[in-house]
Amino acid sequence: MKADVEKESLLTIEGMRVEFPSRRGHVVAVERLDLTVEPGEILGIVGESGAGKSTIGNAVIGLLEPPGEMTEGTILLKGDRIDHLDDAAQRKIRGARIGMIFQDPLTSLDPLQTIERQLVDTIQRHLNLGEAEARSRAVDLLDQVGIPDPAVRIAQYPHQFSGGMRQRVVIALALCADPEMVIADEPTTALDVSVQAQILDLMKALCRDRQVGMILITHDMGVISETADRVAVMYRGRVVETGTTQQIMSKPNHDYTKSLISAVPRPDKRLKRFPLVTYIEDAEERPEGLNLATHWLGKVREEHKLTGNLVELKDAHMRFITRHSLFPSRRLFLDAVKDVSFAIQPGEVFGLVGESGSGKSTIARMITGIYKPSGGTITFDGTDMTALESRAAAAPFRRQMQMIFQDPFSSLNPRMRVEDIIEEPIHFHKMAYDRQEATQIMHDLLDVVGLGSQAARKFPHEFSGGQRQRISIARALATRPRFLICDEPTSALDVSIQAQVLNLLKDLQSELNLTMLFISHDLPVIRQVCDRVGVMRHGKLLEVAPTETLFTDPQHDYTKHLLKLMPKFRGFRMPELET
Amino acid sequence: MLTFIAKRLVQSILVMLTVGLIAFSLFRYVGDPINNMVGQDTSLEERVELKEKLGLNDGFLLQFGRFAVNAAQGNFGFSYQHRRPVSDLIAERLPATLELSLVSAFLAMAIGIPMGVYTAIRRNSWLSHSFMTLSLVGISLPTFLIGILLILLFGVVLRWLPTFGRGDVVQLGWWSTGLLTASGLKSLIMPAITLALFQMTLIMRLVRSEMLEVMRTDFVKFARARGLAERYVNFVVALKNTMVPVITITGLQLGSIIAFAIITESVFQWPGMGLLFIQAVGNVDIPIMAAYLVLIAFFFVVINLIVDMLYVVVDPRLRVDSAGGH
Repeated sequence: MKADVEKESLLTIEGMRVEFPSRRGHVVAVERLDLTVEPGEILGIVGESGAGKSTIGNAVIGLLEPPGEMTEGTILLKGDRIDHLDDAAQRKIRGARIGMIFQDPLTSLDPLQTIERQLVDTIQRHLNLGEAEARSRAVDLLDQVGIPDPAVRIAQYPHQFSGGMRQRVVIALALCADPEMVIADEPTTALDVSVQAQILDLMKALCRDRQVGMILITHDMGVISETADRVAVMYRGRVVETGTTQQIMSKPNHDYTKSLISAVPRPDKRLKRFPLVTYIEDAEERPEGLNLATHWLGKVREEHKLTGNLVELKDAHMRFITRHSLFPSRRLFLDAVKDVSFAIQPGEVFGLVGESGSGKSTIARMITGIYKPSGGTITFDGTDMTALESRAAAAPFRRQMQMIFQDPFSSLNPRMRVEDIIEEPIHFHKMAYDRQEATQIMHDLLDVVGLGSQAARKFPHEFSGGQRQRISIARALATRPRFLICDEPTSALDVSIQAQVLNLLKDLQSELNLTMLFISHDLPVIRQVCDRVGVMRHGKLLEVAPTETLFTDPQHDYTKHLLKLMPKFRGFRMPELET
Repeated sequence: MLTFIAKRLVQSILVMLTVGLIAFSLFRYVGDPINNMVGQDTSLEERVELKEKLGLNDGFLLQFGRFAVNAAQGNFGFSYQHRRPVSDLIAERLPATLELSLVSAFLAMAIGIPMGVYTAIRRNSWLSHSFMTLSLVGISLPTFLIGILLILLFGVVLRWLPTFGRGDVVQLGWWSTGLLTASGLKSLIMPAITLALFQMTLIMRLVRSEMLEVMRTDFVKFARARGLAERYVNFVVALKNTMVPVITITGLQLGSIIAFAIITESVFQWPGMGLLFIQAVGNVDIPIMAAYLVLIAFFFVVINLIVDMLYVVVDPRLRVDSAGGH
């Protein structure tokens, strides 16, 4: 069957509908979807989790998770209909004509086979080549995706490559048989910014040079603005808007697109609050009229007025042993944090920014006492925490510092009700006279974070990611802390949810006069939230400056490098929305 | 790699010494060795003399040292009951137990692994469902009951298979094998199945759940997305990754097959070490009990050492020189 258009597109999807039958009726993941991709073009598909982005990719290569099924529509690859083929015919298209790149390079490669085996087997599957020819092709491919010394490294196993290098190997694997089309599903989400920029450049160059059409599926507007030629915006299984990247980014038509773009933290200037994303449904807002100044949460604070720094690190050092040996000379160490000194004043939001492995989270764990520093001192409210001998002596300080973790799915006990999760620290620190008071505090906290007291009887799995992060915040506030450590609190969340959670944190910070240590790899988020920022790399603190100074006048070369990599939405005028 | 093996060897020796200590304490605390060795009519003087001669008046460490050195050379003294060197008795019985255990282990793996793979790949076929139901039976029925039921059916009702003993054996040097005669093979069938059934269902369920886990991983999805053949994805990518945990459990199970052959051996009157041990317990024949204990511990330690090394062979991530260019 040939499409009746004069100029045939590389990929044409018409009227696609994908359903997942379940006991409670059919869930429609994608409906009424029309898309085209031209050779050499990058089509970005953007949307939040659950919008059906990945389902499209899986449907095109015929790998929908059962019981998912494409019930309507056609998919044409250069005029050949490729939906509803049998398995054997599908497999001839997968890898040969359509390549696929997945999100997490750390888990995409078979850990037990060498890179060579994986490449050669894939090449031989699709091309009629001998072992030696396939191998030389594999080495060529590795060279093209920018792996240095390919002839040597091809014999290695995946674990011997870094994350960015592994993603290059994944790309090489997707290109084994010269496909006409590549589907990349969140290809850089698991990577650091500097590596992300390299991988995106590589993918752009490959599309241009080989005239490969690409579908780039992502939730990240920054990635889209840097990479895609055209964009399709998805919301709840439908494309709400399609257009050139220029048009979508600067003159979006649909309300959802406008909301989505305005929720992206702005790298170029600081706003007082994130714009309220009105289009997004079930956005919880805190009840009006809850005056925190007279509330119990705010009251306790009066007893400790402080003039000096609340938290102070002096030459804090953390050394982990990575190889044990009887002989000291053969032991290997990793210095995760190297002689870091900084101070956080009361009421300040101090940011720590850096790539993965830079030691940010290790510092958080040293301050809370999860790790005992191997050198230096950590002072909290004038007391040297490193000198405290027993857990009992540290307990009153523990109460005053609380932590919010990155992953809202694993940081809440799935077998406890929300009320027990929040009351647990209250009972532990004996913060209430009786059970009744604890319950009252718990209900107030749920109101404060905008969940409402009907959430108390539910279990964590009944909530979405953003709601769970609100529960984490309520739990952290339960002991009436003065110091809150947020370790990447929003990096697992969608942008619209991120905006809500960050607004909540900002409000609570100013109303309760909390001091915060805010850890993130995301520079725009740091700019929106923090008063002062420290930049970390390889365990060292390179630069500390007030946020605006750091962004406008960075001193250290690495800071400049990071800022350069930050997506700028270059050439696009960001739509101004009322805040 | 070498340091790894050296470390494991040191650990193994420590384990063996500990087990040796327990075995040795049997002599001191279970019964009186002199009483066990001599008859009623031995005079008190003779007993004292014997005690001195056997070194039972020496210090604890000296006695244990002597026991350990002798045990390391395979010398566990004389059986009280049989009046023969324990090492000879064990050497006679060892082939029977090892043949039974190895055949059972082979059966368990040869049937259990394919069944596990099948039930993982064809999760919803009726055959998978019947395998799963059968495995429930295999896991819940106690070994001796299965043995007795088999004897009743094939031995008593149908009269196809012998119900006890090893049948005719052939001597190959000191090793006596029942694998070369028809009656030997026939006798092996029921005990081997009885012993294998539990392990087989265990391996099948383990392979199935591990494989289902692996099938959900990204690298299996990515292998599919590259158009690799289904057979390749299932057997080269998924199965190999499944085997890593399966090796450990199977290794440990082989140890317990040898150790727990006791029950099967007594049901089928199989002339192996287990039967020897049961009889020794009945007669308070401590040298045999001590030797059996040390020998089984030795099997466990050796199998574990092999499993640890296999692990390194299968999984490149565990090789020590993995400091590639990062």
